[in-house]
Amino acid sequence: MWEYSEKVKDYFFNPKNSGILEDADGVGDVGAISCGDALRLMIKVDQPTQTIIDAKFQTFGCGSAIASSSALTELIIGKTIEEAMGLTNQDIAEFLGGLPPEKMHCSVMGQEALHAAIANYRGEVWVDDHEEGALICKCFGIDEGMIERTVRTNGLTSIEEITNYTKAGGGCSTCAEGIEEVLARVNAEMVAEGALAADRAFVAGAAPLPVKEKKVVSVNAGANTSKPLTNLQKIRLIEETLESIRPSLQRDGGDCELVDVEGNRVMVKLTGACVGCHLSSATIEGVQARLVEALGMPLLVIPVTNVH
Amino acid sequence: MTVSPVYLDNNATTRCDPEVVAAMLPFFTEQFGNASSMHAFGSEVGGAIAKARRALADLLGAEFDHEIVYTGGGTEADSTAILSALETQTGRTEIITSAVEHPAVLTLVAHLEKTGRAKVHVIPVDARGRLDIEAYARALSDKTAIVSIMWANNETGTIFPVEQLARMAHGVGALFHTDAVQVVGKIPMDLKNSAIDMLSLSGHKLHGPKGIGALYVRKGVRLRPLIRGGHQERGRRAGTENAPAIIGLGKAVELAAAHMAQEQTTVKALRDRLEAGLLQRIGNSFVTGDVENRLPNTCNIAFEYIEGEAILLLMNREGIAASSGSACTSGSLEPSHVLRAMNIPYTAAHGAIRFSFSRENSEGDVDRVLEAMPPIIEKLRDMSPFWRERDVHTAAFNPTYA
Ligand SMILES: Cc1ncc(COP(=O)(O)O)c(C=O)c1O
Ligand code: FES
Repeated sequence: MWEYSEKVKDYFFNPKNSGILEDADGVGDVGAISCGDALRLMIKVDQPTQTIIDAKFQTFGCGSAIASSSALTELIIGKTIEEAMGLTNQDIAEFLGGLPPEKMHCSVMGQEALHAAIANYRGEVWVDDHEEGALICKCFGIDEGMIERTVRTNGLTSIEEITNYTKAGGGCSTCAEGIEEVLARVNAEMVAEGALAADRAFVAGAAPLPVKEKKVVSVNAGANTSKPLTNLQKIRLIEETLESIRPSLQRDGGDCELVDVEGNRVMVKLTGACVGCHLSSATIEGVQARLVEALGMPLLVIPVTNVH
Repeated sequence: MTVSPVYLDNNATTRCDPEVVAAMLPFFTEQFGNASSMHAFGSEVGGAIAKARRALADLLGAEFDHEIVYTGGGTEADSTAILSALETQTGRTEIITSAVEHPAVLTLVAHLEKTGRAKVHVIPVDARGRLDIEAYARALSDKTAIVSIMWANNETGTIFPVEQLARMAHGVGALFHTDAVQVVGKIPMDLKNSAIDMLSLSGHKLHGPKGIGALYVRKGVRLRPLIRGGHQERGRRAGTENAPAIIGLGKAVELAAAHMAQEQTTVKALRDRLEAGLLQRIGNSFVTGDVENRLPNTCNIAFEYIEGEAILLLMNREGIAASSGSACTSGSLEPSHVLRAMNIPYTAAHGAIRFSFSRENSEGDVDRVLEAMPPIIEKLRDMSPFWRERDVHTAAFNPTYA
């Protein structure tokens, strides 16, 4: 059982502002049932003062998701739109007297829903995240912008923390490499800006930091310099290699098809026995190892599921 | 909370029977000797262990007492069986298992595959959790070192046709191991007339102590110990015997044998009444697993459009303990691998609750749950954005990221 604070329990057992807000001025929907949590935030705004005068939520999710949603409504009622935009997931977590690390993503979902609802109120389409960078984690639909923002707001320095806060990496974990690259880049930027001590920054490829030890930071994230293959050659080679692996997968009642290649990301579709079992990540790793060997360059094999 | 708690999570662990505790106590204090010692302190313990071993062999229907190797639990028994087979079956490097095994097996074989020590075939299951026998037949070959497929699944209770699977494995010269942790004590066994080569069990699932289990190894099957050292367990599992736990397990086994019929009658009747009552009172819910072919004590119900951890928290407030395959309770972010392997839709997999009974449950427990569940489910569905829009939710609920 999780160790929830008294306030989390209270907001879960007796949630405030749950339900539907008739004639809401702004509605924000985030999450999806496949991801295990989803939140709809509805706000009512007083036009002249630009103040949020009422808010209600509907949530599908665990105890802390429901508590975070309720806390969010309490935090924003009475605030101006401008003030509300400044609210972070940290504010939600603090309001609740803290959340278990594995549950921080619930507070992040609250912040996302707020931004979505405000965008909807302003008549904008809330897509800023997706324009901020590539989709990093396919399992949970987490893109680079979302990871970057969460790393900055919460001063994150490890992959585990990113998984706890955003869920990215918590499924098949094939996106670990992508997350590492973003984390290394953002941490390096934070160090340069003076927002993070150099010895706490994540460095790709380095061993986990021993507690409180000085380290020379040499950022070499994504060091992928030589590019001898043309795109077409690359795709051909990938196809050939996959063809050679398929028979052994088919023997197990599974299969693997190439869907797309984007830079060093190889999107594949796994079917049959491989899908949905814990071992699918082992399969993916195997496929990835073979491709890396055949092409002689770093590649990231990403399973594209049709479940999501 | 003044009402007594209702414990329906017996597949997770059971209460140690007071008779078991009583049987164990003297072996902490008066009879504390080391069974290997020459003096009287030791030999008394040795005798008690021999009696416990006999009781366990009887429950399993094993021919010889020395077919029992005590381990530190079900997980250790699983590891011992699989790793041993890779060593003894020279020239064979493949493992066959199912997609719904306990992590005690799945995590191990995934690691073996990752480190290049074995090739692993994971046999899928259908929507009711039944093994794809054709895929199994195709995976078997003269490369198969061992097949490890559970006797019954811990989440849904679905029973696998282990006897048939074992004979098929022998057809290609492979060993057959089964994780029977959820089955021992619930279903009668007769291993002396069985093709099963190795079988894992765990004390704490049958009202015995935690941290004790056993691997049954049929006479003639070679075993390479997982833990090497002293000569205990005939050199097959080194380390001073956990005498109190072994003796406690012996008592638990005697009690299980005495109550075996009750599992199929009283316990099953309680489970069936709960299941029928919940389905009748709560719409948009269904049973997962192979309903006709299940452990008598287990029932796994998926409540659509709500999330399992939230359900468990509200149940806990009513003093009812069960468990969930939901992602959020386990700390992993995806719903249980068992429900995913069965392709249970995400709308339901997140809200699946497992109720597991034991002989200690009563009609009153069932009444309590039948009364408590409908308002809990209703409260959460009321809060869920998917509930009101369940037929059109794809159209109406339009999340910005997914
Ligand atoms: C099917 C199955 N196998 C193995 C185990 C692990 O047993 P133990 O806890 O004794 O290591 C369990 C219990 O959680 C189980 O349900
Ligand atoms: S966990 Fe990120 S893509 Fe699977």
